[in-house]
Amino acid sequence: MSQKENLVVVKNLKEYFSVNTGLFRSTPLKAVDDVSFAIQRGETLGLVGESGCGKTTVGRTLLHLYKPTAGEIWFDGKQVVSKEDILEYRKKSAMVFQDPYSSLNPRMTVSDIIAEPLDVHKLYASQKEREEKVLELMNRVGLNSEHASRYAHEFSGGQRQRIGIARALAMNPSFVVCDEPVSALDVSIQAQVINMFDELQEEMGLTYLFIAHDLLVVRHISDRIAVMYLGKMVEMADAREIYDHPLHPYTKSLMSAVPLPDPKRARENKRIVLSGDIPSPLHAPSGCPFRTRCPHATEACAAAMPEFKEVSSGHFAACHNLDRCN
Amino acid sequence: MPLLEVNDLHTSFFTPAGEVKAVNGVSFSLDRGKVLGIVGESGSGKSVTAYSIMQILEKTGKIVSGSIKFDGQELVGIGEKGMKNIRGNKISIIFQDPMTSLNPTYTIGHQLMEAIMLHTPRNKKQAHERAVEMLRLVNVNEPEKRMNQYPFEFSGGMRQRVMIAMALACEPDILIADEPTTALDVTIQAQILELMQNLQKELGMAIIMITHDLGVVAQMCDEVIVMYAGSICEQGTADEIFYNPKHEYTKGLMRSIPTVDSDGSRLQPISGTPIDLLNMPKGCPFAPRCDAAMKICIRECCPRMEINDMHQAACWMNVKEAFEKGELESGEEA
Repeated sequence: MSQKENLVVVKNLKEYFSVNTGLFRSTPLKAVDDVSFAIQRGETLGLVGESGCGKTTVGRTLLHLYKPTAGEIWFDGKQVVSKEDILEYRKKSAMVFQDPYSSLNPRMTVSDIIAEPLDVHKLYASQKEREEKVLELMNRVGLNSEHASRYAHEFSGGQRQRIGIARALAMNPSFVVCDEPVSALDVSIQAQVINMFDELQEEMGLTYLFIAHDLLVVRHISDRIAVMYLGKMVEMADAREIYDHPLHPYTKSLMSAVPLPDPKRARENKRIVLSGDIPSPLHAPSGCPFRTRCPHATEACAAAMPEFKEVSSGHFAACHNLDRCN
Repeated sequence: MPLLEVNDLHTSFFTPAGEVKAVNGVSFSLDRGKVLGIVGESGSGKSVTAYSIMQILEKTGKIVSGSIKFDGQELVGIGEKGMKNIRGNKISIIFQDPMTSLNPTYTIGHQLMEAIMLHTPRNKKQAHERAVEMLRLVNVNEPEKRMNQYPFEFSGGMRQRVMIAMALACEPDILIADEPTTALDVTIQAQILELMQNLQKELGMAIIMITHDLGVVAQMCDEVIVMYAGSICEQGTADEIFYNPKHEYTKGLMRSIPTVDSDGSRLQPISGTPIDLLNMPKGCPFAPRCDAAMKICIRECCPRMEINDMHQAACWMNVKEAFEKGELESGEEA
């Protein structure tokens, strides 16, 4: 395979929120702490992790919906810094949200929802052109064009998600952040939407950051997968590689915890059940954040955060004791 | 005699828009110590079936007809007083959302003891002991200390443990778990599922596991019921349902989920959208979305038929197949 160019590059991204912990005190909540990765043009990077691990924050900060506390975001070979950069960047990027119920304005018609990005960036000459664009987008995501003047509440969850996707595609973006786009949908509808993401990627050459907690869905749709735990990235590799040969102890337990829709395999599957809960990101453990639940933790883990290094070609992991736990 | 026998259960909600037939002639039985899974999508009637058994339906909901027998005793029509002896004592339920099922203004201990004292003749001290014992059983650390804490001090997984402790405090014969792990993270889900499996073996109760997650079903259940639009499509042992599905809806479900071996090729979704329960078709409720639908599917519902002694399905395709096979065999004989 030829060397592909990177579309999005993130270097040492940090996003801290300040949380009031007393009358005049505040503590930084390190939602994303020193995360670096790159997404190649036309690929899908899956981002998985449990609630509170910072995966959604990565997605939002990446689109400058939150101002990064520190770190660099590069898009298409240019660093995104100034207001003009951000405006330009937002024309080429889009987001699909998890909840198709709260992410669509109930007072707007479907055509107004889909055309909103066009309105904001003034990308049409006449009302007729606007209408044509909306109908084309609706067509593209499999919505009936007769429904353009309806309101969001008249649609089912799967159709609403299609509206959200049409809105994301309105700017003809090259990069789309999908934040749990199918987790609110029923199984039979989920497959329809996943297939649509696949088809749109082929047709429009889209690059996805696909954030989800359903590991089987992520494995299906992604080329590479990154795993996060408490604001840090702990492992990143090719989708199949990370399932077949997870290196980090957290990834291992995560993969083994997936309930497999296959009774025989489920009976044979040796689950690594982690004890305890995910610590609060406000009181994250020192050193490696996973050490409090890790079966292989040593003193070194408490002392320093292990480096996120390339173990084998394209397979990154951050763990002090990789030799011992593999 | 089976522990629980549900026969031709019909439950409807009477809304201003009309009668919503949420459960439409459901029949099944559950033996002691078995784990039964009920799978289906939203609106399939799986939760309403459970709420009908517990008789905790909303005001607009009503059991229209059918019978629910627990240990030989008819539950339909025994009234609120009769149900009080059943609920919590004989049949317990845990819900999807452990965040809203606990009262935020009382301590965990208070809520556990309340349940225990309501159902058993224990005094306060004994109830306290029992509550601590139950917390220990569900692997809550430092149960004595935890007794005095409020729900907000517990994580989601811990709260679900408390709910399980409460549900099991009176040693029920049946535990109904309504999507018990849907709101939880994967590693926490693994903990809770393992806990339920261990407790089930230890205490020997039967579990009705209601979920939309086929993975959870595969892991937990001996028997599986697949529901669509208020009726049972298919019922059988987990292995039969997963490896030998005999209803087009079940087959569609199995094809539409990504598996561990998926090689990135397209999923095969079920086309269309779920049915509107206000306007139910005359025939098979799945027929409008079914690729294999025949004329008879639109005209009338298929009765439940035996595939083998561990497997039943309500799909005309099986009749068609049997007919074709039957003809072939008779042809060979002749």
